[in-house]
Amino acid sequence: MFPPAPNPPVKPVPEKFGDKDLIRKSASTITPASPRQVEVAKLIDVSKCIGCKACQAACLEWNNLHEEIGTFNGSYTNPPDLTPASLTLMRFTEWVNPETDNLEWLIRKDGCMHCEDPGCLKACPAPGAIVQYSNGIVDFVHDNCIGCGYCVKGCPFNIPRISKVDNKAYKCTLCSDRIAVGQWPACAKACPTQAIVFGTKDEMKKWADGRITDLKSRGYRNAGLYDPPGVGGTHVMYVLQHADKPEIYAGLPNNPTISPIVEIWKGATKYFGFAVIGFAAVAGVFHHLVAGPNKVSAEDEENAEKLAGGDRP
Amino acid sequence: MSKPYDVETGDAVHKGHPIVVDRYTLAARINHWITAISLILLALSGMALFSPKLYFLTALFGGGQLTRAIHPWIGVVLFFSFAGLFFRFWKANLWKSEDGTWLRRIRDVLAGHEERLPELGKYNAGQKFVFWGMSALILVLICSGFVVWDQYFYAFTTIEQKRIAILVHALAAIAIICVWIVHVYAAIWVRGTIGAMTRGQVTGGWAWRHHRKWLRELVRPRPGTPAE
Repeated sequence: MFPPAPNPPVKPVPEKFGDKDLIRKSASTITPASPRQVEVAKLIDVSKCIGCKACQAACLEWNNLHEEIGTFNGSYTNPPDLTPASLTLMRFTEWVNPETDNLEWLIRKDGCMHCEDPGCLKACPAPGAIVQYSNGIVDFVHDNCIGCGYCVKGCPFNIPRISKVDNKAYKCTLCSDRIAVGQWPACAKACPTQAIVFGTKDEMKKWADGRITDLKSRGYRNAGLYDPPGVGGTHVMYVLQHADKPEIYAGLPNNPTISPIVEIWKGATKYFGFAVIGFAAVAGVFHHLVAGPNKVSAEDEENAEKLAGGDRP
Repeated sequence: MSKPYDVETGDAVHKGHPIVVDRYTLAARINHWITAISLILLALSGMALFSPKLYFLTALFGGGQLTRAIHPWIGVVLFFSFAGLFFRFWKANLWKSEDGTWLRRIRDVLAGHEERLPELGKYNAGQKFVFWGMSALILVLICSGFVVWDQYFYAFTTIEQKRIAILVHALAAIAIICVWIVHVYAAIWVRGTIGAMTRGQVTGGWAWRHHRKWLRELVRPRPGTPAE
């Protein structure tokens, strides 16, 4: 068993990280905090999950969120998708393993992956609306959010949701407020089977190795860690029984990256755009300097009068 | 004889010294300036969201949230306002053989050698390029704009479609700003032009110099029009 989540402190403790520890800030150029804090990570072991949704409930409770009463849609996944209130969601997949013909109930806790290379942050146009701390947490700063939805386009995992109430984007914070005072995220604290554990990224990788060895010894030869390199690795990782095909876990992307369209939009298009617009403006000024104004001459006026017949009104 | 393709409602010649030519009706001018103001506001609010370096422009609209909310609505105003201009002006902007000649002599155009250019109707090829360019780009912008107008239309498209739409929207916006620069610069460079969109009138000499075919059509008596 992994050492259990610590109990809350009884006295106030200083915050472990804050604004001085930013390594990225949306739509801003900052000097990344140096040295970096130890990277943290949440490890979600899908093979240990019993689908109790304690994590979902704990998330709502800690963040004081209230999900609307929904409808039953034929699946345990409820609500059917992430919402501005449901920052995490158990996604249930009934999958028949073609090798064994066994029904496997795959339960993946969906939510922000806290990418090392965050697409949301790179797409965000509002300065400081998305920040990344040096411990790896990617957080939305709602005071600065303008609700444009660019983060939705930037995210390779389809995570952020825009609230219809206040037009701001919401996603899992990794309980940055809890982690700042030495606590585990609320979901991890609530998990009864330690399917969710929390620690430094290195600890989590090491812990995952043990779990994967165990799974392999029990016949899951493709068991593995989901820490996709296409986004620089993530600070939420999964242990998957079938890591060779993550997409069977309710569409977990295989090798996610920031969309090349987003990269072009946020990269080359800016330089190209300002270059072209600048060129047009400079060409205009230059042409005027060289060619001078195109003036109507007295002769033109006379010709027009002649054409019109010349008689006075 | 029927009305020439390029003579629009309200175009008329007033004899005098100098001759004054009515080029745009009051309605057309109001229509134009609503479109113009919308386009400028769209460019400012759009660029504010396009580049962090221009984010400060959101202050003009009351902050980021309001900029995000108002930009698409200004787009809707522009679309309908421009539609008005489109139906007023499309016929006079049809391509004619002299436009090809004019384009081939673009060096003379830029050098201001009007005497080497063919006689033109109400619009030259450059103006026609601005007209059709604006028309096509506004269509692209409104369509791609709806795809990324998440507040009301989020559910209708996939995220991948939204990514493509926002790239197309940005590129079309860059293009339309360039067309706008051409439009404004030409109006400034060719002296006597701006009056057409302010007072609605140009001088006879201006019409003679730049749109002689149009001027000839206006002075030619036409059956069915009452004599002055």
